[in-house]
Amino acid sequence: MSSQLIKNNFRYDRLPHIWCPGCGHGIAMKALAQAIENLGWDKKEVCVISGIGCSSRAPGYLDFNTLHTTHGRALAFATGVKLANPDLKVIVVTGDGDCSAIGGNHLIHTARRNIDITTIVFNNNIYGMTGGQYSPTTPTTEFGTTAPFGNIDKPFDICKLVEAAGATYVARGTVYHANPLTKLIEKALLNKGFSLVDAISICPTYYGRKNRKGTPVHMMEYLKDAAVDVKAAAKLPAEKLEGKFIIGEFKNAQEPEYTEEYQKIIERFKKER
Amino acid sequence: MKNREIRLMQGNEACVEGALAAGMKFYAGYPITPSTEIAEFCAQRLPLIGGKFIQMEDEIAGMAATIGGSLAGLKSMTATSGPGFSLKQENLGYAALAEVPCVVVDVQRAGPSTGLPTAPSQGDIMQARWGTHGDHPVIALSPTSVRETYDLTIKCFNLAEKYRTPVLLMLDEIVGHMREKIEIPHPEELEIYDRLKPEVGDENFKAYRVEEGQIVPAMAAFGEGFHFHVTGLMHDEFGFPSNDSEVADKLLRRIMNKVSDHIDDIVIYEEEFMEDAEFVVLAYGGTYRSARSAVKQAREQGLKVGLFKAITIWPSPAKQIKELALKVKGILVPELNLGQYAEEVERIVAGKTPVISLGKVNGEAITPNEILDKIREVL
Repeated sequence: MSSQLIKNNFRYDRLPHIWCPGCGHGIAMKALAQAIENLGWDKKEVCVISGIGCSSRAPGYLDFNTLHTTHGRALAFATGVKLANPDLKVIVVTGDGDCSAIGGNHLIHTARRNIDITTIVFNNNIYGMTGGQYSPTTPTTEFGTTAPFGNIDKPFDICKLVEAAGATYVARGTVYHANPLTKLIEKALLNKGFSLVDAISICPTYYGRKNRKGTPVHMMEYLKDAAVDVKAAAKLPAEKLEGKFIIGEFKNAQEPEYTEEYQKIIERFKKER
Repeated sequence: MKNREIRLMQGNEACVEGALAAGMKFYAGYPITPSTEIAEFCAQRLPLIGGKFIQMEDEIAGMAATIGGSLAGLKSMTATSGPGFSLKQENLGYAALAEVPCVVVDVQRAGPSTGLPTAPSQGDIMQARWGTHGDHPVIALSPTSVRETYDLTIKCFNLAEKYRTPVLLMLDEIVGHMREKIEIPHPEELEIYDRLKPEVGDENFKAYRVEEGQIVPAMAAFGEGFHFHVTGLMHDEFGFPSNDSEVADKLLRRIMNKVSDHIDDIVIYEEEFMEDAEFVVLAYGGTYRSARSAVKQAREQGLKVGLFKAITIWPSPAKQIKELALKVKGILVPELNLGQYAEEVERIVAGKTPVISLGKVNGEAITPNEILDKIREVL
């Protein structure tokens, strides 16, 4: 099963990947590949775009049209690709720092336009590639190499951020809940509009070590224990949710999509001619 | 042949008309004085021909989306001015290394920083050459009139497509906002170059291999069935990242050489009043107009002054300037900065003749009289 998935969707000769032992990103990448495989999409039409960071190495391993861009800018490159050729199924793979710090402006505006791009955030709450600096999703009081006395920043909830900005499909999964994550990505890919799946990943090498989170197994167990499904969470009192985070689907709506709206303008003038 | 259409047109509009004639189908940008009309005309014109315009959230995104549009197969352009040009530099380097053809227009205004947003300048000349980090090839053209803006915008697209590199059109507020009569060539009079593409279904396609007899690797568009990888990391012939020092060296030298080996094809210049010239005024962009007027007046006064117009400013017309240096008693370089191009000319002539810089940075154009006075002072 797996080998067929790899054969169909990966550049076999580019493997093994560069991620550290215990890193959660491989699971998130597999979930994306599995979702594309499940949908039976023509590879010719799939375009995977990334920025810079650990997450952003994923497109190099995936056998589609792939574009590894500059730090934070994947969504802006993706907007160009999608608008130029709306037939392409454009997917952005990004990290928490890449999309919500240096690329934060692109994130909110791409969501606002509701352009048909699916964004998968490999969210490990840290800058891994540069060696463990705190990111916009590092929880307050946690440690990073640039937060040696504990982080005093407040973290972003990326899902709430893009939902407020105008995204029409928003969900969160984790690399522990691999199959549900695949399903969320599948639904995100099918949404005609801007979709984002916040895929909570783990970084044992930097985040884990700096914050004494134990082995990769311990970190996976944390994801299992702390994640509460959005439907279950709705029925729980606030105190039961302390120290937990919510997973599941937060928004799934139909709204006018950017490239379709642009096409309508083109069609209008075609008729007038 | 029926008569050519004659119109009164602004430089910025001529840039858009030229771009459309060259086959531009995609524009992504951000409003900034004095380039905004370029975005406005693109917004107006592109949907009418099935092309795409998008106003991005910032200058960086404008450059990024422009590269994306080109990778998806459309001839793409963006335009900006000094502050935005600074912001675009990182992605300009990306386009250079990933070899993505596109045209970037910089309608120069007085800087640094916010400076004098509505005043002309030629202060971005060195930024055009060295703005992005690392060694990289640069092609930059600078028009002196509305008609030349039209022609050179086409030329920029042709060079971008031919050499698979971003090409800069260095306008200035003088030419960008000037209105002149322009006779628009018929499409059949134009020479349009489209990027080299791989054959459909070519199993041996390597995204970054230069085939025998070609200058650049053939370029497929996303969606055409080639599953290739594009990266800003040093990459091998397949386009995949490599840390191999030999691969890095080979790649960087190749992208530098594709420009330096074709200087004669890229460098455009004009000379006037040169036969017996003992002294030369070398100018480009809007300042050239004052320089030409000054040289004509100098000639009327019996002064043996020639005029050299640098149209391609990067790569600089080094061969021609070197030859000049052996024939004349000095070269005067008037420009709306404090000697950026004069330094380049000095580097080229290497002491063979004096180079005199006439710089102005108060936000006003250099007048013919100022140039004439300088000529009279040094002759």
